Amino acid sequence: MSITVRVNGTEHRLDVDPDMPLLWVLRDLLNLTGTKYGCGEALCGACTVHVDGHVVRSCVTPIRRVDGASVITIEGLSPDGSHPLQRAWAELAVPQCGFCQAGQIMTAAGLLRKYPRPTDEQIDQSLAGNLCRCGTYSRIRDAIKAAAGVKS
Amino acid sequence: MVTARVAVLLLVLLAACGSPRPVVLPPVDRAHLRETSAFAVIEDESERSRALFLEASRVFLHPRCANCHPNGDVPLQGMEMRPHDPPVTRGPENGGVVGMECAGCHQDRNLAHARIPGAPNWHVAPREMAWVGKSPRQICEQLKDRERNGGKSLEQIVEHNAHDKLVGWGWTPGHDREPAPGTQERFGAIVAAWVKTGAECPEEGTKP
Repeated sequence: MSITVRVNGTEHRLDVDPDMPLLWVLRDLLNLTGTKYGCGEALCGACTVHVDGHVVRSCVTPIRRVDGASVITIEGLSPDGSHPLQRAWAELAVPQCGFCQAGQIMTAAGLLRKYPRPTDEQIDQSLAGNLCRCGTYSRIRDAIKAAAGVKS
Repeated sequence: MVTARVAVLLLVLLAACGSPRPVVLPPVDRAHLRETSAFAVIEDESERSRALFLEASRVFLHPRCANCHPNGDVPLQGMEMRPHDPPVTRGPENGGVVGMECAGCHQDRNLAHARIPGAPNWHVAPREMAWVGKSPRQICEQLKDRERNGGKSLEQIVEHNAHDKLVGWGWTPGHDREPAPGTQERFGAIVAAWVKTGAECPEEGTKP
C-alpha cells in the first residue's frame, strides 16, 4: 500500500504494509531514532509523537492512519533544539538515562500548545502516561513550568 | 451462580397483572440473549416490556459495555472492572485530556499484536450516562430521559443500540476478551421490542 505522510515538514511516499506501526516507519525507514521503542503497547509513552497536532503513541499507530497526515517527532519539534521545553530540559538537567525524555517532551509540547500555563493537575493528567523509570518526574514538572513561565 | 441467576424463572409480579401463576422464560446461559419471541409467554404487555428491559440490562451491565459507562471520570478495564491503566481521565469532551486522549492509543479497530481494543469514535460515555453501580431500573429511567441520554428519542436509542459501531465493539472485543451476551442484532431487537411494548422500566430490585 502506498502511503503519503509528511514527517517534520518533509513529504514521504512509502510502500509499506498498512498495519506497520508508525514507530517502525520513523525509526527503521526514515532513520528518525529520537522516538523510542519502550513497551510496544502504548503503556509507557516513550514513542510519543504528534499527528496533525494530536499526541499519539506511534508504537500502536498503524501507518495507514497517518496517510495524508503531518507527523512531528522530537527531531522536528524545533529546527535547532531551541523549543522552550528543550531549553528548560537542558537548564534543569531533567534527564537521567534519557530514554523516555523524547516522549515526555512531546507530550509536554502538546500540553503547552493547548494550555500555555498549565496547572499541576493538568500536567499530572497529561503526563500520566509517560513513564520514567529513573523517577525524574519532579524535574519534568519543574521544566514544564519553567517553559510555561509558571512559578514552581 | 451467574448462569443460575440468568436461568432462573422470571417471576412476573402476580399482584400487578393478576396472573395466577409465574411466567417462565426459557433458560439462557450468560453468553447468549433470549430471542424476543421467547417473551411472548408474558401476556401483559407492560410486564413483557419490563422483562425485555431486564434482558437488555444483561448487556448494559456486562463489563464489556459498562466499563466505558463508569460512575466517575476514569473508565474501567477487564471483567474485574479495574481502573484503566495507563491512568486516564475523561477530560472536557469525554475523549481524554491532551496527551492522554483515547484516540492517542485506541484505533478504529482492535489491534491484534498490541491487544489494544479499538472502534470508531472510541470514548467514554458522558458522566450522566453512567451505568456502573446502577440498577436496571435506574439505567432504564436514565435511558428514557433526554437530559441523560444525549437528547435521543426512543427510536434513536433503538438505532444507536442496534447499529452504532462503538456499541457493536462489545460483541467483537478481540484478544480473548469476553464479549457481551448474544449479538448486537439480537440486542437491538430486544431494545426495539422493549420500546414497542411501551418502554416500561422494571421494578426497583428486580434483576435479570
